[in-house]
Amino acid sequence: MERYYQKEIETASREEITAIQDAKIVKQVQHVWDNVPFYRQKMEEAGVSPADIKGIADLHKLPFISKDDLKEQYPYGLLGKPLKDCVRIQSTSGTTGRRVVAFYTQHDIDIWEECCARAITAAGGTDEDVCQVSYGYGLFTGGPGLNGGSHKVGCLTVPTSSGNTDRQIMFIMDLQATILCCTPSYAAYLGERMKELGYGPDDIPLKAGIFGAEAWSEEMRHSIEETLGIKAYDIYGLTEISGPGVSFECSEQKGMHVNEDHFVPEIIDPKTGEVLPDGEQGELVFTCLDKEAFPLIRYRTRDICVLNHQKCSCGRTHVRMRKPMGRTDDMLIIRGVNVFPSQIETVLLNNGYAANYQIIVDRINNTDTLDVQVEMTPEMFTDNIGEIADRQKVLVDGLRSMLGLKAKVTLVAPKTIARSEGKAVRVIDKRKI
Amino acid sequence: MSIKQISVFLVNKPGTLKNMTSVLAANSIDMRAISLTETKEFGIARIVVDDVIRAVEILKDADFVASINSVIAVEIPDTPGGLDKILSDFAAVDVNIEYMYSFVLSKADGKAGMIFRVNDTATAESKLAARGLQILSWDEIKD
Repeated sequence: MERYYQKEIETASREEITAIQDAKIVKQVQHVWDNVPFYRQKMEEAGVSPADIKGIADLHKLPFISKDDLKEQYPYGLLGKPLKDCVRIQSTSGTTGRRVVAFYTQHDIDIWEECCARAITAAGGTDEDVCQVSYGYGLFTGGPGLNGGSHKVGCLTVPTSSGNTDRQIMFIMDLQATILCCTPSYAAYLGERMKELGYGPDDIPLKAGIFGAEAWSEEMRHSIEETLGIKAYDIYGLTEISGPGVSFECSEQKGMHVNEDHFVPEIIDPKTGEVLPDGEQGELVFTCLDKEAFPLIRYRTRDICVLNHQKCSCGRTHVRMRKPMGRTDDMLIIRGVNVFPSQIETVLLNNGYAANYQIIVDRINNTDTLDVQVEMTPEMFTDNIGEIADRQKVLVDGLRSMLGLKAKVTLVAPKTIARSEGKAVRVIDKRKI
Repeated sequence: MSIKQISVFLVNKPGTLKNMTSVLAANSIDMRAISLTETKEFGIARIVVDDVIRAVEILKDADFVASINSVIAVEIPDTPGGLDKILSDFAAVDVNIEYMYSFVLSKADGKAGMIFRVNDTATAESKLAARGLQILSWDEIKD
């Protein structure tokens, strides 16, 4: 039997959902008009005022918010509530320009955690379960989001955070964890390690996994399901909109239900900005209907996606989105972390290297690898191998603190990386997803 | 009197060392000694040549990264304990050897020489000389 965390809203009729959205969007537009000067100005420029927004059908009249807007308004420009009403921030990795700092009131946290609770319940979670959250805790939304959702469901929450694989396995086995939340690549890695240690799928107490924050294939899903003896569910989210749980998979596993009572998705033509009909592929745009502190409206995610309004056999009525199929910008998602080539460039320049580099991304044993190839320069060269290794380590450390990721730095011969004549091929993504 | 050595950065790929020697050969550079060291990803060739400045320019023109550094050359007596005696001089004056490699010192009578890379060449040199160790100059090894 399908379980729901909030059955009434999750299975509401289209009319009911629309009515909720109508009421919320009117209120939300008034909220940003009154409290966020940036929005008021943007709306005035677009010649639209709160009076023009009578319901969700008028959403298309509102201007978009882009990643560049976030950059310009960093850190407080999009704040919809006084700081004294905010209780948390979450953030993505990156330089000031690329870093997203999202603010939350307690109400916003509650919404977010409820969405995660819906995802955990859809994966079969109840208050009888032991839910191990192996997403990173901290600024990254993965750990805090699923942690909150797990609390709301009433699971015994095991906040292991990421890393220390053998300890993770010890907790899974000793506390008989039944639900695992982490990135799919980490789940695959855990599975391999458990296999090495002699644990078969029947020995492992886990029954479900909620895996997100990076792209993964159906093959990978099946392989994780087999090794761990679980059913693996996908979850989607982004810090700008809240975090994981913006949408999640049900038992049907044919797309992720968007929590439409809080977040309204649209698919647009990335060139014209025109809203595309159901089933067409385009850029995914989200509007937060009731978030207070960081109320993004028509935020362009740059994820390429497709929406599906057809009825789902799980009973949920909320629209489903496909797994994003790519990006409209050069952002890479590596082990769940957003990486822009420009961030890597910054680290190289700061350390005296030329902005001539190549990024090679691959997936080896189900784990993403990041190899930054840099040309050796006379300034960086020394006869002492130990010193060269130290300089490589400085780059690896710099990349780690910039990206929050361990990268490999490979030194290559001068003039072997193509110069940026026109469009240099900076990124070679060998992953087959 | 220390001598000059050229260090050349080489990636670990078939043919890269040959590319370097070809460039030197094409420009009639005479190599007196060579040693190759490697890490997982790259190597460094250390060479002693007849015309250091010209050789470095030639290498740079051919897109190699190269640097010049001072090393100490010493004759090694071809008798049991020959190297041991010299190393005991280094130890006695507390000089740390980073690496060393051997070369043929005299083509005529087959004498062997050893090149030492130390941290502070000038200081090491004066300390070793004070102990009576004979340090070879370029003129003494060039043939």
